[in-house]
Amino acid sequence: MKGRSAITAAVAALIFFAGYAALFIAPDESTMHEIQRVFYFHLASWMAMFTALSLAFVANVAWLVTRKPHWDWLGVSCVEVGVVSCTAGLITGVLWGRPAWGIWWTWDARLTTAFILWILYICYLLLRGLIEEPQRRASLSAIFGVFAFLDAPLVYASNRLWRTQHPAPVIFGGENSGLDPTMGKVLVVCIVAVMAMMVLVLIDRYRLERMRHDLDELRLSVDARGVASNTVLTKGLP
Amino acid sequence: MTTARAAAIVLTKELRMEFRARELLSTTVVFALVIVVLFSFAFDPTAGESRRYGPGLLWIAFLFAGSLMLNPSFAREQANQTLDALRMAPVSPFAILLGKMLANFIFMAVSEAILVPVFAVLYNISIGGIVGRLALVLALGTVGLVVAGTVFSAIAAHARMRELLLPLLLLPILAPLLIAAVEATASLFAEQPALDRAWLAFLAGFDIVFLTASWLLCDFLLEE
Amino acid sequence: MSSLSTPAPSRSGTTSASAIPSASLGISFDGVEKRFGSLLALRGVSLEILPGEFVALLGPNGAGKTTLLRIAALLVTPTKGSIAFRGLSRVLDGPTRRQTEIVYGDPKPSIGMVAHNTLLYDELTAAENLWFFAQLYDLDDISRRVARALESCGLASRAGSIVRTFSRGMRQRLAIARALLHDPRLLLLDEPAAGLDRQGLAWLGETLARLRDSGTTVVMSTHARNESLDLATRAVSLAGGRIESDSGSGGDPRPLLAALRSEA
Repeated sequence: MKGRSAITAAVAALIFFAGYAALFIAPDESTMHEIQRVFYFHLASWMAMFTALSLAFVANVAWLVTRKPHWDWLGVSCVEVGVVSCTAGLITGVLWGRPAWGIWWTWDARLTTAFILWILYICYLLLRGLIEEPQRRASLSAIFGVFAFLDAPLVYASNRLWRTQHPAPVIFGGENSGLDPTMGKVLVVCIVAVMAMMVLVLIDRYRLERMRHDLDELRLSVDARGVASNTVLTKGLP
Repeated sequence: MTTARAAAIVLTKELRMEFRARELLSTTVVFALVIVVLFSFAFDPTAGESRRYGPGLLWIAFLFAGSLMLNPSFAREQANQTLDALRMAPVSPFAILLGKMLANFIFMAVSEAILVPVFAVLYNISIGGIVGRLALVLALGTVGLVVAGTVFSAIAAHARMRELLLPLLLLPILAPLLIAAVEATASLFAEQPALDRAWLAFLAGFDIVFLTASWLLCDFLLEE
Repeated sequence: MSSLSTPAPSRSGTTSASAIPSASLGISFDGVEKRFGSLLALRGVSLEILPGEFVALLGPNGAGKTTLLRIAALLVTPTKGSIAFRGLSRVLDGPTRRQTEIVYGDPKPSIGMVAHNTLLYDELTAAENLWFFAQLYDLDDISRRVARALESCGLASRAGSIVRTFSRGMRQRLAIARALLHDPRLLLLDEPAAGLDRQGLAWLGETLARLRDSGTTVVMSTHARNESLDLATRAVSLAGGRIESDSGSGGDPRPLLAALRSEA
């Protein structure tokens, strides 16, 4: 486990560095000043969410096609990570939005899509919690996951179309326009740090799911041999 | 046997069952009516306000009532495991799904046909000149509702708390449909009624995406 | 495993629905395993049932009899292993069956099942139920078939009553009639005697005897004795998801059946 601890420490250090960079290295932004620094992690959260949920979609489809259990483990892990990233994105967005533009929330295309996706994937997790049989749970949640992912561009498109008819003052535009080079570098550091943390959490969650599966297998083989569970378990595990 | 014919057989069965029991349609209509009436306490139905809030109210009533009505679609097949009998028969899974979708569409269409005039009266909106176009918007929106709803009914049937789960899964997914249907309806309720092509195209697109996805995934939906 | 006859394999779906009228249908299980989460219902079951056999499937509750029958009915896909229908060349290989399917003819129109549940719509009448399934199976001369089926199971006088008003025995009779409507070549029965009264049991016995004589393959599960067991040509007993004993295709099922008799 030593290699793993080293990696965790490295990622943790990276996160701290990213935080430090966002707070102290990044230059002051002319209009919003200090609160703008949330932006680095805000954008990083969105990227993490997008990556996680795209990967979840791939895993869902792969499960339906191949029926290999590891796709189901990957699917649920990605969705959980995606939901957490989305929550972080939404919270940082609100924290940033209020002081910067005076509003807590607005229904523009990106925010609406993010919010709906957040709800949809929470529903995915709720659905999984309500189905006991693992094979069916994997199938049905994968199907729902596919629908949820297909829905995202539709939400985005409908919102954009709506905005062309009900224009609102553009407030979130121009995040990346004319980004100061130092800001750009800090942004990259933050994105890398958050993604690295996401990957780490993803791996852990995947392993947890695999261990649950292995535990089920172990129970099965114990039942088969009709041996008292205690003896087998103490002998079998490292 | 072609899928269409098998779907028609399933459709006839669903209609016959509803005609016998008559519980789905009546409860759907009454529930939607209750929502419509309750909303009337939220604002005074003057012409301007009705035009503004009416479409949204109408579609929310349909979505909520619909998501309750769609539950029995597959839940009813669990009583005596009749879904097994359907799956054993030499018909494609999509035929079963399609038959139920068609039945649900008819039930929703009948409910809407009853509710829209009532709504028009309660909110002082004149629909005389726009009936045909309104029917088109209603039809496209209802297709999306019914396609997604029937599929999710099949999903929820295997889970606990399915009565609560179906609206929970369905309503967020239908958000884009809601926006499109409301906007299309609003432009019909306007002083100068106009059929908004963009939103109609969007609705049609939504329907096609979901219908295609259902077709591709239906085998996985019904298997064990 | 026995070879499959391989005329023109076609990679199609499931809807070439012509039943094979005169051929009998046998089924073989090869290393079939089914798990439901942490429950292993069937562990490596390999069994070949020849066309025309009458197999009594014995074993206590939870032995896996129902799962085995459901797999044969194509309702459940095995987690591992495959099943094949003899008389029709088709291999269903575990969960990824879509990829290895060689369909000569669709076995579904030739399979009938009497399950734990009635598989009937309570809100429809007896006649309507039979009509519906007759249509689904694309049968011809439906009104005559339905009338004959209702006559046969003694429910002709209640053809127009909805199933909810039926007693347990009547529902079971209708369920059996439904399973036989399309003249299946492979009949699967999961404890069919449950709920039947003396008259119903007699009718079941007659019907099964007739089917056996016409060459229909019958697999009937039971965990207690019933008269129809006398018709069996083979007895297979399951325990804990495995085959415990098998009297074999040419063998004598009576010792195993007798053992069962003494339990009940």
